[in-house]
Amino acid sequence: MSSTQAPERPPQPDASPAGAPTSPARARSERLVPRLLVAVALAYVIVLLLGPLGGIIYYALNSGLAVIGQTFSQPDVQHAFYLSFLIMLITVIVNTVFGVMVALVLARDRFPGKHLASALVDLPLAVSPVIVGLMAVLLFGRGGWFEPFFAARGIQVIFALPSMVLVTIFISIPFVIREVVPVLQELGLEEEQAAWTLGASKTQTFFRVTLPNIRWGLLYGIALSAARAIGEVGAVLIVSGAIEGKTETATLLILRFFDQFQQQQGYIVALTLAAFSIVLLIGIEIFKRKRTREAG
Amino acid sequence: MAGAINVQGLTKSFGEFRAVDDVTFEARAGEITALLGPSGSGKSTVLRMIAGLEQPDAGSIWVGDEEHTGKTPQERRLGFVFQHYALFRHMNVRQNVEFGLKVRKTPRPDARARVDELLDLVGLGAFGGRYPDQLSGGQRQRVALARALAPRPEVLLLDEPFGALDAHVRQELRRWLDGLHRELGVTSLLVTHDQEEALELASAVVVMRRGRVEQAAAPVDIYNRPATPFVAGFVGASNVIRGTVENGGLSFGGPAVAAEDVADGTDAQVYIRPHDVRLTRIQGERSFPVTVERRTNLGWVSKLQLRLTDGQMIFAELPNEELDGIEERDRVYGSLRNAKVFSVDAADLASVPGDGGPGQAVLHTSDEPEVLAAQAGQN
Repeated sequence: MSSTQAPERPPQPDASPAGAPTSPARARSERLVPRLLVAVALAYVIVLLLGPLGGIIYYALNSGLAVIGQTFSQPDVQHAFYLSFLIMLITVIVNTVFGVMVALVLARDRFPGKHLASALVDLPLAVSPVIVGLMAVLLFGRGGWFEPFFAARGIQVIFALPSMVLVTIFISIPFVIREVVPVLQELGLEEEQAAWTLGASKTQTFFRVTLPNIRWGLLYGIALSAARAIGEVGAVLIVSGAIEGKTETATLLILRFFDQFQQQQGYIVALTLAAFSIVLLIGIEIFKRKRTREAG
Repeated sequence: MAGAINVQGLTKSFGEFRAVDDVTFEARAGEITALLGPSGSGKSTVLRMIAGLEQPDAGSIWVGDEEHTGKTPQERRLGFVFQHYALFRHMNVRQNVEFGLKVRKTPRPDARARVDELLDLVGLGAFGGRYPDQLSGGQRQRVALARALAPRPEVLLLDEPFGALDAHVRQELRRWLDGLHRELGVTSLLVTHDQEEALELASAVVVMRRGRVEQAAAPVDIYNRPATPFVAGFVGASNVIRGTVENGGLSFGGPAVAAEDVADGTDAQVYIRPHDVRLTRIQGERSFPVTVERRTNLGWVSKLQLRLTDGQMIFAELPNEELDGIEERDRVYGSLRNAKVFSVDAADLASVPGDGGPGQAVLHTSDEPEVLAAQAGQN
């Protein structure tokens, strides 16, 4: 039947509204809007993201190899990077283990207050890191609720590694959970139940069935978590006191270099951190794609 | 290897909803038993309780002479096949089939030999390296079956195994499963809502509705001697005609059906299959006048829509050679064989999905092959 209609009404590839006369001018203006949007989006990304990055690269490399070498040979610079990566590592491990546990509970179990718990997971995204730092000071600082407990045992929390790790874990809690929950929900329970009927214990089932199935979502969450941890300034600044060579992370070091008018060294440290973030970003993109396939 | 499955007084509620209510039946050793019922009848819950994936509130489960109630799924050593395959998507076909052997620490050479054996059995010997998403639905379900059978389970549980497949593949797999079962003889319990599947594969059928067993019998008896109005309406296509019992029978402008079991004066429903309606040009001993409203010729058989004198409609299916040239608008005589009469009290309880109101004939038939297969099953 449709073949007899074909001569009267040729098939139209672009879906223009039925009955509307498609004049060339109108068609041109219809194509113009999406192109304009693309141009605006690209300009936005270039000006706001690539511009600053290009600036850092230019100024950092402009300072010459001698300055670069001299910067990285400074003990306080080395210590700052060491501290940043140490905090990131601990944060990522803690967030992975507990993140998967929380995600399993949120995706699988039903309990009163589940919605509240789910909303609380997002709290660190909404609260300014500076406030997080202040909360930690209130709890562990002089006169804080937990201060006597740790002081009695000779454990320094504030102005030391424990509080820095603590606030970094806090601000990066949501990432693993948020990425793993939807994957778990999509996965359902059947594969795990199949494993049980085949004789696999709950532990075997977790490591052989559940974990491989959520691995890309988990890695995506870990990468986001790591990126967030390595870049943290506000909360860490408040709890650490930014003591040179002791509690100064790479991001805090950049702040100090600028305060002391050592911009070139600041740019070099910043570029190093940015380069690491770009590597993470590439990882994030790969994991995200694989995760989408996992969840679909 | 094979043990019978014995289920006693199994009961399970989800909140207020009683999904399974005092279910008792036996699935004989080495045979296929079907749990047949509409969705929500509790059949899958029964199966999941037998597998240990749900815990019953009451009742007991036995396989052979071993009680399984309260055991974990791991301890039961049953094979379970899911409707949506539930294959491990990050493992290839071999690894999937090997999984149950691996977690039970089967020595490697033995496990490899067993996997080869099973892949051959399900005809997927060449597909060992493929991943589930590279297989068709039918192939996936065969992998799932091989995986379930690999650890040599005592009992095989199948939860709507062909439900997610299209009609053609379903037919093919059904025949294949039948052959496989003849070969292996493992006690199997098949959950299905497809009566054709149940009648064709199973040597015993347990019909369930609203968490209870309606009838448990051989397929032939389920079909020919339904114990309840629900079974009569659910299994096979049925017309429902309403009437009042008088002088030990029902009459629609002429004597139609004997109803000795139903008291005079009570309202009753007659369940009659389309191919159990006969038409004649002259009035016989027990026949009643009907008008042919519509005739659809399907080649060797015709579907006829008949109006009774009181306005009720019934559908009939007759081989063309028995039609004697009957056409639309002819006034002829109908007679019924194998009619089932239930009093309306009992029938009302049944309220088969799609059941019509009083004075309305309803044909419970989903599609053509079903009616034809039902006929074939009867012969």
